[in-house]
Amino acid sequence: MKKTFAALAAAALIASAQTASADLTVPNLSYRTGSYAANGIPYADGFADYFTLLNERDGGIGGEKVAVPECETAYNTEKGVECYESTKGQAALAYNPLSTGITYQLIPKVTADHHVLYTPGYGRTSAANGSVFEWVFNYPANYWDGASVAVKYLLDENGGSLEGKKIALVYHNSAYGKEPIRTLEELAKKHGFSLSLLPVDPPGQEQKSQWLQIRRDKPDYVLMWGWGVMNQVAIQEAVNIRFPMEHMIGVWWSGSENDVGPAGDKANGYKSISFHGVGDEFPIYADLKQYVFDPGKAAGAGDNLGNVLYSRGMYAAMIISEAIRTAQDMAGHAAVTPDEVREGFENLNLTEARLTELGLPGFAQEIHASCADHGGPGSAMILQWDAGTKKWGAVSDWITSDADVLDPLIAEDSAAFAAESGITPRCQ
Amino acid sequence: MFYREAGDFKTSYRADSQTFPIRLDRMGFWAAMLIAYAVVPFVIDDYWANAVFVPFLIYAIAAIGLNILVGFAGQVSLGTGGFMAVGAYAVYKLMTAFPEVPFFFHVILAGGVTACVGVLFGLPSLRIKGFYLAVATLAAQFFLVWLFNKVPWFYNYSASGQITAPDRTMLGIYITGAQTSAVAKYLFCLVILTLVALVARNLTRGTVGRKWMAIRDMDIAAEIIGVNPLTAKVTAFAVSSFFIGIAGALLFSVYLGAAEVGEAFGINKSFLVLFMVIIGGLGSIFGSFAGAAFLVLLPVFLKNVLVGAFGWPTDVAAHLELMIVGALIILFLIVEPHGLAQLWRIAKEKLRLWPFPH
Repeated sequence: MKKTFAALAAAALIASAQTASADLTVPNLSYRTGSYAANGIPYADGFADYFTLLNERDGGIGGEKVAVPECETAYNTEKGVECYESTKGQAALAYNPLSTGITYQLIPKVTADHHVLYTPGYGRTSAANGSVFEWVFNYPANYWDGASVAVKYLLDENGGSLEGKKIALVYHNSAYGKEPIRTLEELAKKHGFSLSLLPVDPPGQEQKSQWLQIRRDKPDYVLMWGWGVMNQVAIQEAVNIRFPMEHMIGVWWSGSENDVGPAGDKANGYKSISFHGVGDEFPIYADLKQYVFDPGKAAGAGDNLGNVLYSRGMYAAMIISEAIRTAQDMAGHAAVTPDEVREGFENLNLTEARLTELGLPGFAQEIHASCADHGGPGSAMILQWDAGTKKWGAVSDWITSDADVLDPLIAEDSAAFAAESGITPRCQ
Repeated sequence: MFYREAGDFKTSYRADSQTFPIRLDRMGFWAAMLIAYAVVPFVIDDYWANAVFVPFLIYAIAAIGLNILVGFAGQVSLGTGGFMAVGAYAVYKLMTAFPEVPFFFHVILAGGVTACVGVLFGLPSLRIKGFYLAVATLAAQFFLVWLFNKVPWFYNYSASGQITAPDRTMLGIYITGAQTSAVAKYLFCLVILTLVALVARNLTRGTVGRKWMAIRDMDIAAEIIGVNPLTAKVTAFAVSSFFIGIAGALLFSVYLGAAEVGEAFGINKSFLVLFMVIIGGLGSIFGSFAGAAFLVLLPVFLKNVLVGAFGWPTDVAAHLELMIVGALIILFLIVEPHGLAQLWRIAKEKLRLWPFPH
């Protein structure tokens, strides 16, 4: 029985291996199942739709079609490994797994196998230091930027001082949720607020005790580092204890329509950070409608157009395609290799003029990457949820993170990684 | 006719007490060894190693470990994930603290550490039995995961609480880290699995194993005929945890490379290994292999058929995969409650009689 099974498996594998072609390949390691599906689906749709648009409207990038093979990870690291191994043979140009756990696992692998790992707004924060992390890019912003932006916003709200204030961090008890703690501890020292940490064990359907503690301690502000079902539960629990929504700020992964939806009107006023614009008013949506939605080529159910995570998936796809374009210009040919694409990422020069050309004016900040700078500008804005119109609106301008606090932390963490894995820093 | 147990005459005690007393079994064993050691390493590539063979070998070690406890000694355990985490964190601390020691010894030592922890959590088994013991080991699962999340010393104070396996070599060949070749990973796990399986097989045939089975079948009767329940139960916990610890150490260092305790060693892992043991067959070493193969290969196979060959959307395929695997588990438990090992036994029975019906 085992033998026939192996033979069948071999047949299936050969069949799947033959589908690889000479296109530019950007695998989409997505999750449409499991406890994080509510957030994984819109992101994966946005990512796939943007490449579909490029293929349908422009015939790909520089005349080369882009293939986006999708692989389901269910936010699970073992499935993530399987997906990486099954796609890397197709000369994959960039990986974007949307999972900090999978990112940690892939960092050494992509470095050895030479594939770009692009983790906008997630993954290992110190990857912003390009001299240690040659193959990893996380611009435009990382978790530590997010923590710093949130604190800066609160400083503005409070007339420049957080002295004596209490801030609670409700976080996903995993690598992802623990990332901002170090920065927040430093910022607490600098600005004199007290920080309390409330871990929520994944997936996070049960948060009664954490919110009971918040009810008892009465912190002035609650920051949230949540993902998946945890966000919806946290917002609902906050509503239940009548915590003022205006005093709650979620990181960019805790601020989508799906997160505030279940709490209904009571979620009005909830704030979140974002490193890109949201909504479907950008000119690109006319093209998306014409080339992708109307011909029925949209990924998934096609019902996520313009929402926060759809925009973020599109953002990631846009950056990857611009990096590929840069690589094509530098290499002088269209069929670029993973090594050339890495050069493209490192020399990416995304300007406002280019964004306007792409139909996304004011959608994101400019990026000027370099050998050492894989972290980008590190600024973000604060969005607020309006439950009446069911729309997110910006309540701040771009806020830039506190480099005085972050740069030494990034240097320290990346130096530890370099020592651990025997890397000599580049870009000297 | 094809599978003959008679006519294989032994002339010495040594020949009579060898690991596989039946000639056909012996031939099957050597054939399997030949394929595993001399054929597979030449055809294996990264995908086959990382998606199929390495997880299969590692889960087979874990399933053998759990089978000793549940199948042979009759002590139900839901703490497998927690014990695997002990193995993983032990090997991580050892790898980072003593980089000059060969990696193989780290893996064995990690098994030893897990054995000590297993004995500690096995002590309540002297007083509590059955479902109550299952709940006690469940507590071990949650306690250990909580501990590794809470105490920063275990993850060397890294910012994210992730543990990452540093590059380690043996005889100049990379065994862990990204530069490891598919063959090295496969052969390293295979050697350990072979050792573990041979030790387990021989333990279960000897005095120790017979004591475990006596305790499993009726502990009071076993005690009356002179089996010490303390040593029998504690050795079962120790040996089982030793193997499970090794599996956890390999899962983290060789297979995953980086791990997060709640995600990699959560309660789901305990259930997965328990299902492997139940589907494979309680009280059978072959069953542990069959169960691990079934639950590791089937999802990968289904994914490749549904997405790769039929081109279905990944979410539909993932949901269907869950339904198919679930339905097959239920079907197996109804049609053959003794697991895949029993199917193999029936097949042997049929082969012995064939072509005669009786």
